[in-house]
Amino acid sequence: MSLAKRIIPCLDVDNGRVVKGVKFVDIRDAGDPVEIARRYDREGADEITFLDITATHDNRDTIAHVVEQVASEVFIPLTVGGGIRTLEDIRRMLNAGADKVGINSAAVSNPEFVREAAQRFGSQCIVVAIDAKKTSLPGETSRWEIFTHGGRKPTGIDAIAWAKKMVDYGAGEILLTSMDRDGTREGFDLPLTRAISEAVSVPVIASGGVGNLDHLADGIIEGKADAVLAASIFHFAEYTIEQAKQHMASRGIEVRL
Amino acid sequence: MSSVAVIDYGMGNLHSIVKALQHAAPEVEVVCVSDADSILRADRVVFPGVGAIRDCMQALNHSGLSAVIQQVAKSKPLLGICLGMQALLTDSEENGGTPCLDVFAGHVVRFPESLKDSDGNLLKIPHMGWNQVHQQQQHPLWENIPQDSRFYFVHSYYAQPDDAAITAATTQYPDAFTCALAQNNVFAVQFHPEKSQAVGLQLLKNFLHWDGQA
Repeated sequence: MSLAKRIIPCLDVDNGRVVKGVKFVDIRDAGDPVEIARRYDREGADEITFLDITATHDNRDTIAHVVEQVASEVFIPLTVGGGIRTLEDIRRMLNAGADKVGINSAAVSNPEFVREAAQRFGSQCIVVAIDAKKTSLPGETSRWEIFTHGGRKPTGIDAIAWAKKMVDYGAGEILLTSMDRDGTREGFDLPLTRAISEAVSVPVIASGGVGNLDHLADGIIEGKADAVLAASIFHFAEYTIEQAKQHMASRGIEVRL
Repeated sequence: MSSVAVIDYGMGNLHSIVKALQHAAPEVEVVCVSDADSILRADRVVFPGVGAIRDCMQALNHSGLSAVIQQVAKSKPLLGICLGMQALLTDSEENGGTPCLDVFAGHVVRFPESLKDSDGNLLKIPHMGWNQVHQQQQHPLWENIPQDSRFYFVHSYYAQPDDAAITAATTQYPDAFTCALAQNNVFAVQFHPEKSQAVGLQLLKNFLHWDGQA
């Protein structure tokens, strides 16, 4: 009897459609976000995350509309990330029915934004998304650095120190993505996940690289994550959320079935 | 048509709770209100809340809603959720000690630092996610909800009632703590029924049909 580890399907939404890039190039259309969210809810998803990858500001209302539709019929926690830069952006998403927002590059360019957001809306709804990439050479002690702009721009910031700082500033949860693994289907960067998870007091969601169900279980058992996030393995109905949970349970992980 | 008032005192987003109440019982009129008259006129009252207790109590005291909630607690079915539950205790140790509404005799305390599970892994604070709710007494609000169902939690503080007899349910993290309180016409839960899928909607439905008797 204890807290269940969470499975969080992630929907990358571009102009109101779910897409999934494979290594950031081949963007495949995976369908209507409301319909997909409904299916995940039925299959037992513990939460749903929407990542708005719409490039233009004009289309930002689209994601709010998607969240609003989903929130009126799906009663599990909803997180929205992508392009959250101001307190007004957060307010708009919470009003649309989101429970949490993911803050990524805005935290890097202005860490105080995380503090203000946590003070204004409460830590429980502030998820800081961290995109990290290994920068140490083989044989050296492992080191990961924060990257922005979809993994293209290094910042020189150490990932573990950054995660701790974000928790001090009020992050209620950390969404950790390995930019080395994202889109590869090779599994999470487990040493990175474990290093961050053991360094902070708040829950850590592992992300980036899931290609099969064992990867999800590894993220919890070896990566010590509190939740695992995946996109493509669920979108194309390769696996259902229920299958994922049953597999995790078979490896001794407590899940909500 | 019966009605339920969701108290809006500026602490957090009420969208989810309003939608969930509408979904749970479409025949009930759901209003989101901040004035005493509307709250006192409704058949039932939901008292939600997220954030820090000092801000919550300041908002309630400045708006005069503290006295209104205390009055509701003596007269009609009232459901406190999350911070709304905590505010119903005598006081909270959050923010250096904060006096609360004293509807339930008891205190609100923080989870200790460095909690470990049985495998020696660090337990994270906030306690966030789906955990099992063990019903400690029969109650109309538990109707059609299986024992040990999982509900969604997110909190760092929890209630410690003076009288264990008002504990309606407990959850383990890692030790058992009180996650639901029941006393006369008042029921309160630490978890979020509006985010707990089918079992959460069932609890809201039960509340919307509750006459306030245990």
